[in-house]
Amino acid sequence: MSSTTTHRAAAAPRKIEQTGQQKSALAWLTVPALIFFVVFALAPLVGVLVLSFANWDGIGAIGAAGLENWSSVLSDPGLYNALGLTFLIMIVSWLVQTPISLLLGVFTAGTQRYRAALAVLYFLPLLLSSAAVAIAYKALLDPNFGLAMGLGLPFLAQDWLGVPQLALGLVIFVIAWQFVPFHTLIYQGGVRQIPKSLYEAAQIDGAGIIKQFFHITLPQLKYTIITSSTLMVVGSLTYFDLIFVLTGGGPGNSTRILALDMYLRGFRANLMGPASVIAVILVVIGLVLALFLQRLGGKDKQGSQLEGL
Amino acid sequence: MKQFQSSRRSFLALAAVTPFAVMATSACGTSGPGSASGGGASMWFLSGEPNQTTIQKAVDAFGSSNPDNKIAVTYFQNDAYKTKIKTAIGAGQAPTIVYGWGGGTLKTYAEANQVEDLTSWFEANPDLKNKFFPASFGAATVNGKIYALPNQYVAPVVLFYNKELFEKAGVQPPKTWDDVMSLVKTFNDMGVAPFSLGGQSRWTSMMWLEYLLDRIGGAEVFKAIFEGKPNAWMDPAVIETGTKIQELVSADGFIKGFSSITADSKADQALLFTGKAAMLLQGSWTYGPMKKEGQNFVQDGKLGFVTFPTVAGGKGDPKNGVGNPAQYMSISAKATDKEKETAKKFFKEGIMTDTVIDAYINSGSVPIVNGIEDKLATSPDKDFLNFVYDLAKNAPNFQQSWDQALSPTAAEALLNNIDQLFLKSITPQQFAENMNATLGK
Repeated sequence: MSSTTTHRAAAAPRKIEQTGQQKSALAWLTVPALIFFVVFALAPLVGVLVLSFANWDGIGAIGAAGLENWSSVLSDPGLYNALGLTFLIMIVSWLVQTPISLLLGVFTAGTQRYRAALAVLYFLPLLLSSAAVAIAYKALLDPNFGLAMGLGLPFLAQDWLGVPQLALGLVIFVIAWQFVPFHTLIYQGGVRQIPKSLYEAAQIDGAGIIKQFFHITLPQLKYTIITSSTLMVVGSLTYFDLIFVLTGGGPGNSTRILALDMYLRGFRANLMGPASVIAVILVVIGLVLALFLQRLGGKDKQGSQLEGL
Repeated sequence: MKQFQSSRRSFLALAAVTPFAVMATSACGTSGPGSASGGGASMWFLSGEPNQTTIQKAVDAFGSSNPDNKIAVTYFQNDAYKTKIKTAIGAGQAPTIVYGWGGGTLKTYAEANQVEDLTSWFEANPDLKNKFFPASFGAATVNGKIYALPNQYVAPVVLFYNKELFEKAGVQPPKTWDDVMSLVKTFNDMGVAPFSLGGQSRWTSMMWLEYLLDRIGGAEVFKAIFEGKPNAWMDPAVIETGTKIQELVSADGFIKGFSSITADSKADQALLFTGKAAMLLQGSWTYGPMKKEGQNFVQDGKLGFVTFPTVAGGKGDPKNGVGNPAQYMSISAKATDKEKETAKKFFKEGIMTDTVIDAYINSGSVPIVNGIEDKLATSPDKDFLNFVYDLAKNAPNFQQSWDQALSPTAAEALLNNIDQLFLKSITPQQFAENMNATLGK
């Protein structure tokens, strides 16, 4: 008899009342994860908060600075330039990447063999490291020794990374080139989860492909869109390596986004205090954005997406 | 049952403590990347030829004659190294031998007691001290104390030009700023860029400012800036310098797309030897790479070099130079006594040996040691080497590169503002004001 109970417990653990002992055992299992979270996430966060009120050049002694760092950073036009650029890149990147990855995801979710081959091709940019992508683009775009001159197409030999507006546009393009594959993959998975029967029912009712897309695919992908957007938006706060290698924040300050501004202040200019202020601002913006996007999902986000709804 | 729980608890406690234990052992630095095993010392150096081979040979030679005091070297790329060494020193993980360029960065290390005071050691070893150019100790000295050993070579900034293009145009290299502006027109009319510039690297643009300010205002202007005198950046010479730079930019003096060209990739040198640009203001350290990669451009005698032109009405001595008086090596104050001893022994016997000096001369550089005139005279590169040697030796003032002379905070602000000055996104007046705000930082 007892063996049947255990068997059942294993098969449907939620249905069985947990004994106090089991509960405490489960609580213990979270301890290692908690420790890692505290050591590698919370402690540095507190450290950064403390440093934002400190005077430190990264080498000598740490002294108290009061609100000095905050007032100097908040009154620095450089901060608002960086903030503006960060949000501009975030929004434009979302507007560029989401439709492309959504459509590519829907397309590659099909079953024909050529789609699988294309999906592999689309996926390739994601396999390259950001630094490699940046170096490659930099070499290709060089106005004197780059691809354009090599192919004999002088009209393409623009000063792509030397003119502020062009450089910003190019950064957004390269980011999209690198990350569209990832979001395509997410959408591909999302589309494959949609039950075939929904489309069959729609076909019987006489809905065309476009109607099916807007009335079945898109609504069914709601949570996929939110997931992908969260990753895209919060991820754009940390775009760093690619821009660092591609433009170094230049020309002038035209691509000096917040994460790069933080690095340059902290590790180039030895201003750890002001850099920590920017780090705190980044964390706050990231949290607010992530919470906002989760709210968009609505309260039924735990609900089923499967047929029967 | 109780027993079982307690043993589980102790297991979890162990699991919980382990990461801390691991962190504790790595944090005390005994097994960190900065230390060497046994009685040896560690050193970080810059990657890239020909210097990497030269230094590796010196280290190997020192190691084979001192088997108990070996030096372990790790190589890094220039820009990556500059960030890494700062972080390592801040974290107490510095190598025994700290390589650098002296000046403002060394000052921050010295004031934080991170590097050894070598003054008394140099006094005890006068032979060693007298071996080097006296001027090379300037950037190694902080508040009257010597914190670094000068080494490698002197590297002034030089105006290089393409002789072939100058012959074709029937013109002479510029002697005055007016010559510069008229050459800009000549070469633009020929369809050749007057000046090559790796503007994305920013310190490349800085060299223009250094020389122009020196020629216009004399060495005193920068001296006042370095000493943090009030309103030192607001000197009219600074504003005139900025104005001249923007005039040159407006006249298409620099190659199209200069702000996206980097010096790390050596694209600015390539523009000169491929004939796409007529002139290049760069450090003498670019001679070696151009000789190696320039398709016989140097060997065929097509590379010309002159000092920076004068500016009409300027106060600066036309013999003044700017650039790197030397490279420097300090000893980490955090190293053990044994490591420090090894480092000092290496400084004395291992680093600027005759073999190393010859290697630098063979690669087209002027080592910073006295009594090398004979060696320079017999070198195949003797024209260039003598030019560099005379420039460095005869300069009434040899200004260390600003990004090294200033504090890291001011240097970063300078590079950023120079970039904007060249892009004409700020006026010379704004440039001076922005920089004035960094005085004393």
